[in-house]
Amino acid sequence: SPQVVWSMLGNRQFCSYKMTTKTQNFCRNEYNLTGLCNRSSCPLANSQYATVREEKGRCYLYMKTIERAAFPRRLWERVLLSKNYEKALEEIDENLIYWPRFIRHKCKQRFTKITQYLIRIRKLTLKRQRKLVPLRRKIERRENRREEKALIAAQLDNAIEKELLERLKQDTYGDIYNFPIHAFDKALQQQEAESESDSDAEREEDDDEDVDKREFVEAEDSELSDFEDMDKLETSSEEEQEEEEEVEKKASHRKWKGKTPLKGPARRKRPYIEIEYEEETEPSTKTKAA
Amino acid sequence: AGEGGAPVPGDGAGPPAPQRVLFPPTFSVSEIKNKQRRHFMFLRWKQQQRKEKLALKKKRRKEREALGDKAPPKAIPKTIENQRVYDETTVDPNDEEVAFDEATDEFAPYFNRQTVPKILITTSDRPRGRTVRFCEQLATVIPNSHVYYRRGLALKRIIPQCIARDFTDLIVINEDRKIPNGLVLSHLPDGPTAHFRMSSVRLRKEIKRKGKEPTEHIPEVILNNFTTRLGHSIGRMFAALFPHNPQFIGRQVATFHNQRDYIFFRFHRYIFKSEKKVGIQELGPRFTLKLRSLQKGTFDSKFGEYEWIHKRREMDTSRRKFHL
Repeated sequence: SPQVVWSMLGNRQFCSYKMTTKTQNFCRNEYNLTGLCNRSSCPLANSQYATVREEKGRCYLYMKTIERAAFPRRLWERVLLSKNYEKALEEIDENLIYWPRFIRHKCKQRFTKITQYLIRIRKLTLKRQRKLVPLRRKIERRENRREEKALIAAQLDNAIEKELLERLKQDTYGDIYNFPIHAFDKALQQQEAESESDSDAEREEDDDEDVDKREFVEAEDSELSDFEDMDKLETSSEEEQEEEEEVEKKASHRKWKGKTPLKGPARRKRPYIEIEYEEETEPSTKTKAA
Repeated sequence: AGEGGAPVPGDGAGPPAPQRVLFPPTFSVSEIKNKQRRHFMFLRWKQQQRKEKLALKKKRRKEREALGDKAPPKAIPKTIENQRVYDETTVDPNDEEVAFDEATDEFAPYFNRQTVPKILITTSDRPRGRTVRFCEQLATVIPNSHVYYRRGLALKRIIPQCIARDFTDLIVINEDRKIPNGLVLSHLPDGPTAHFRMSSVRLRKEIKRKGKEPTEHIPEVILNNFTTRLGHSIGRMFAALFPHNPQFIGRQVATFHNQRDYIFFRFHRYIFKSEKKVGIQELGPRFTLKLRSLQKGTFDSKFGEYEWIHKRREMDTSRRKFHL
């Protein structure tokens, strides 16, 4: 009888479907209505019991009665519920007529929950599915190590510096950097005064040719003469006066560094004028030094 | 184990090859059953090997010094780059076919200066702080780029909107466990889509001795070591992210360096100290990419036509074979 069953399984002896946690007991039996391990929810300890379960998106009402207790194969009777929510509730009611209130209520609750999660599944499958691709530890480790070794072999800083110096040699920067004592003296032959903008036109043509011949598109052009860059000149040139000039330029340009990005075109004009200034003030600095 | 010499089977015409002299059969160390003794014998054998090697080296050095100036040049050490399996798709600088292809592929409008790059940077769903900060920093590095939150939108729907608003490139940074680990770079008016695995991401604050913030100047681009055809197209993809006219006053340079199929991205500020010396200072984020797949159209994982996918079983068999 069910009372005996419950007193054995529920309280004293072992029930393999029972899962205990700190606060509650759960029942893992697939026919359980509520999922908890209670006297009224245990499918084994109640001879008259019903559940709602879903299979492949369709809901079924399972019922168990005392008459069939001797025939385990025919124990659970299955009724397909209609897809319409209200109709299905009526079907549950008419199948479980005269059954205890608890079971009827819980069946309907469970049916409601099931339909809601089925709706949610259908909505989610329409949205983007996130595909999880498992990482393989060995491969991850191997790739990390190879990356480290490739980094060491790459010698990035050296490579970048070499490339930049190459570009400097190839005159891609045009007139910006003023290194009088450099290897490409042949460029000096083209123009006497390197600070004139006339030579820039020639330079630009040369640079365009260079750029087109190259293999990897380096996406650059030579710019117009940008004398804001004079502030970067730190090389010592032949004359002391030039050094002094540069020092003056540096000092004046240092103040500008923050501003140059904002006032582009305005800046370009000023340095041009500045150079004329410096030529004029040469004698004054000379006198000062003397 | 000892070897037996046998006369070389061949025509009966020549005399039989001389028999090799058999020394008393040596035993190999691995045949000793006792582990301790075996270990001991192995160590002794190893020491002997090392001694022989050292002796050989010394002898060679002495010979070298003895010869003095007439010594033969030192042998070039083998590196993985030296030993790299020759890839038949390596691009020859004078190849006309490649030049023609490049004049007519999807990047041609960019390289003809017809389009200005405009980049959209976004992430996967619900990005964490690190990814968001990385996106912002990337946006400062790449000029004319905008960061937008993803908010659960499907890429297939974003792409037509982007094209309508004149974006030329789309970058999606995929995130896993709070760190960015993947990058999808898609050239927009139906250009190729490249999917990379991203690793060792360093934000600006994690870089030691970094400089000030990257300014708004357009940086130069350096593309190193993209030798094969595939590497070439990837290199052009990267180049297409940056506007054509670098502002040299900014002195900033973005580098994509390919080494053994790993693409290292660095962002530096340089200064020429003399005509033979340049100093560089790293600003900006750094990361490494490894190409996983290159797809012909815009992002379409199901029906896209893949130009290249990394197939581990076939492509990772040789350690000296690289594809980029």
